[in-house]
Amino acid sequence: MAKARPESGFGANAGRESLPETATVVLDAAGIERATRRIAHEILESDPELDDLCLVAIESGGIPVGELIAGHLLELRSREIRLGALDVTLYRDDVIAHGRRPIPRPTRMPFGVGGKRVVLIDDVIFTGRTIRAAMDAAIDFGRPAAIQVATLIDRGHRELPIRVDFVGKNIPTARSQKVVLRRRPEGELEVVVQ
Amino acid sequence: MRHLLGIEDLSREQIERILTTADAMLEISQREIKRVPTLRGRTVINVFLESSTRTRVSFEIAAKRLSADAINVSSAGSSLAKAETLTDMALNLAAMNADLLVVRDRTAGVPQMLSERVGVPVVNAGDGCHEHPTQALLDAFTALQSLGSLEGRVVAIVGDIAHSRVARSDIYAFTKLGAEVRVAGPASMIPLEVEALGVKSCRTIEEAFAGADVIVMLRIQRERIEGALFPSLREYSQTFGLDSATLRLAHPGAIVLHPGPINRGVEISPEVADAEPSRILDQVTNGVAVRMAVLYLLTGGGS
Amino acid sequence: MSVLIRGARVLDPAAGRDEIADLVFEDGRIVDVGGSAAAGAKQVIEAQGLWLAPGFVDLHTHLREPGQEYKEDIESGTRAAAAGGFTTICCMANTDPVNDTPAVTEHILRRAGQAGRVRVHAIAAATQGLRGEIMSEMVGLRDAGAVAFSDDGQPIMNAGVMRRVLEYSRGVDRPVVAHCEDLDLKADGVVHEGAHSTCCGLAGSPAEAETVMVARDIELARLTGGRLHVAHVSAARSVELIREAKDAGLRVTAEVTPHHLALTDEVIRGYDTNKKMAPPLRTSADREALVQGLADGTLDCIATDHAPHAVFEKDVEFTAAAYGVVGLETALPIALELVREERMSALDALERLTSGPARAFGLQAGTLEPGSPADLVLIDPERGWKPSPDSLASRSRNSAFLEREMVGGVVRTWVDGRLAFAFGEETPG
Repeated sequence: MAKARPESGFGANAGRESLPETATVVLDAAGIERATRRIAHEILESDPELDDLCLVAIESGGIPVGELIAGHLLELRSREIRLGALDVTLYRDDVIAHGRRPIPRPTRMPFGVGGKRVVLIDDVIFTGRTIRAAMDAAIDFGRPAAIQVATLIDRGHRELPIRVDFVGKNIPTARSQKVVLRRRPEGELEVVVQ
Repeated sequence: MRHLLGIEDLSREQIERILTTADAMLEISQREIKRVPTLRGRTVINVFLESSTRTRVSFEIAAKRLSADAINVSSAGSSLAKAETLTDMALNLAAMNADLLVVRDRTAGVPQMLSERVGVPVVNAGDGCHEHPTQALLDAFTALQSLGSLEGRVVAIVGDIAHSRVARSDIYAFTKLGAEVRVAGPASMIPLEVEALGVKSCRTIEEAFAGADVIVMLRIQRERIEGALFPSLREYSQTFGLDSATLRLAHPGAIVLHPGPINRGVEISPEVADAEPSRILDQVTNGVAVRMAVLYLLTGGGS
Repeated sequence: MSVLIRGARVLDPAAGRDEIADLVFEDGRIVDVGGSAAAGAKQVIEAQGLWLAPGFVDLHTHLREPGQEYKEDIESGTRAAAAGGFTTICCMANTDPVNDTPAVTEHILRRAGQAGRVRVHAIAAATQGLRGEIMSEMVGLRDAGAVAFSDDGQPIMNAGVMRRVLEYSRGVDRPVVAHCEDLDLKADGVVHEGAHSTCCGLAGSPAEAETVMVARDIELARLTGGRLHVAHVSAARSVELIREAKDAGLRVTAEVTPHHLALTDEVIRGYDTNKKMAPPLRTSADREALVQGLADGTLDCIATDHAPHAVFEKDVEFTAAAYGVVGLETALPIALELVREERMSALDALERLTSGPARAFGLQAGTLEPGSPADLVLIDPERGWKPSPDSLASRSRNSAFLEREMVGGVVRTWVDGRLAFAFGEETPG
């Protein structure tokens, strides 16, 4: 299994955005565990042998979700699970059109995706633009037989015709709110809404 | 950071930002489809007023891998010879609606002078004996790949320091990243007051190499013999050339860099150029990634 | 018609005068200073708070006429001179054709008589065609009006030729102005060789390129007894050599430019070609020695080395750009900076612009002695201004001081009692 977020040799990237402690927890560690286990089962149901499965986690929030799902699949099937880390910064439409310049993270795709079934994994799906960029990026690694989408949270407000195949939890939100997967100081994951 | 004119102007944070970005760019060149759409519709003009195939091709590949249109303008001779002012030149380039200019010139300062006269970002691709910032960034990147960190490391730069833009940029880059930099070469090739650059000047290659982690061998220009800077290639090679014997003076695991093209048997012996410590081909690969990072960051409008 | 300038601080270095006084001139000549001749004056100029001094004398101007009128001509150059308070200027020989024959000298002086706003003296070439080989016809040139001989811009590299020039000129009774730069040591150098040339990657020319030749020429002055005037001294060691030569009683004088007094080589870091000149700007230690040398009189005068160049000769690569800067219009405020920094008295600073240069070349100028021509400059020592390309009277814009905050400006300049410049007014030609 590929290490999902290899250390860069050049020091840590800018930290994830932090939210104040007042944010409301909508999914705690146990909930995340259950949700990702269910997603793993659903993935298995649609392809029990996993021969063609490529999990592709989207930097940066999708990485821990992808690691959890891959872990569950490994547990369920005892076979190596392909897990890549895809950074979509260079495919983002705001980067291309408006010249925003976030620092990209390295993409690690230690396998080809031609003819394979690719499951793109992210933490939260919102407008759908990240998934759109991720589909473009994934196709640059070959022509997949199929692309599916798994997210821990679907918060609505789609701006593009993008459908989620595997969802952990639907959370209705206001457009102005922020929904973030974060790691507590003691190491546990949680999803919060502000 | 609006332009990249020299490493001297950069902070450590800015250098690290470029190198971190380059780290992400490196993998793109290994894909089946070696192109990302980031600079789609942007135009990068490579203004090469001094011929340099390697650097130009590296910038051209970098632009194309980011989906930019890369156009090459080359010309020899000074603007004065063409009775054209730098302002004329800048206005002409601006009229081509470039989004970024990559400028190589035989004269120090030309990229900076053009940057003051044209409204788009300018990247210095080497100006006279001044700076060659992307070369230093790729050298630092390559060294970091092997060493992890440059903090407290020793870098020895050997050759014609006085006339080397690579030396100046490397000195700034390596010192800013925490390394101790030594320079060595015939005294006629060490500029006056070189200590102003923050380096230690060594008389011999033995002094420079003792405990060195990174060795940068500069290309020796045969024309300098006519300028009376050194008497012969043979004597230079014997006193300041790198071979397996002199390499043993360095720290075990030291790496060897060279900006290319190498003069085999002059500044570097064939057995070292092709041996394990040599990172010369990695430098070429990394050069594309570093230049992609620079083009990406500078086309963002300075944010 | 008599004119009374009332209540100015009159600074006449030649007479050691520095006091509030009235000055009267009539029919082009100074009639009275500090006396009682004021009563019958037809025109009165109230000058309280202003300074009144002899018009300045510049020993080193490039007027570019004949041949390079696109840079400057006698009309525009002398207009710039008047705007800067200069009433006497000496123009260098590197025109096209070179001023190495009496015909060219006469031509220049005739044109100056027609178009010039200030007095123009010609410096003729020391060698034919400025080639440093065969000396020019110095007697004929002197008789045509040449006040000195110089190959300025082209150092005389051959010591034997320089020896003969100094020898021969002794009999002609004119000084030889030496541009001291050893071209072999200078090599490709376009800036001072030191930390800044190293950092910015421009080829440097060491201070020794100058000092080696200053030493050579002083030794040749010792050998020949000729009158040596060292142009645009830039290096600290040159000042020492000149001081030693003067102490030894040699006939040596020297000048320093405003830009070498005000700027150091760190300004080249921006690749501004308006900071490129020969000799180059040097270190702060050199600048300090130049100021000291000017203050103690080792350096006899400030000379502008006014060197106009067109935009297309300066807006190019640093190495390709022409050497030199305009200087006539900014010399006064730079001299006044030294006064404000208390490096020298106002009287001494003005001495270096008036009687100092006049004495070096033996010119009848730079004095307020009654009977002398009414060559005068009225100065506002407090006026703040910034040189800009549009504010210069010179045809060229290549000032090293663009956008520098200046304090002190010329209010009026008279030559022979005629108004040659009036600040804020169109001055009739």
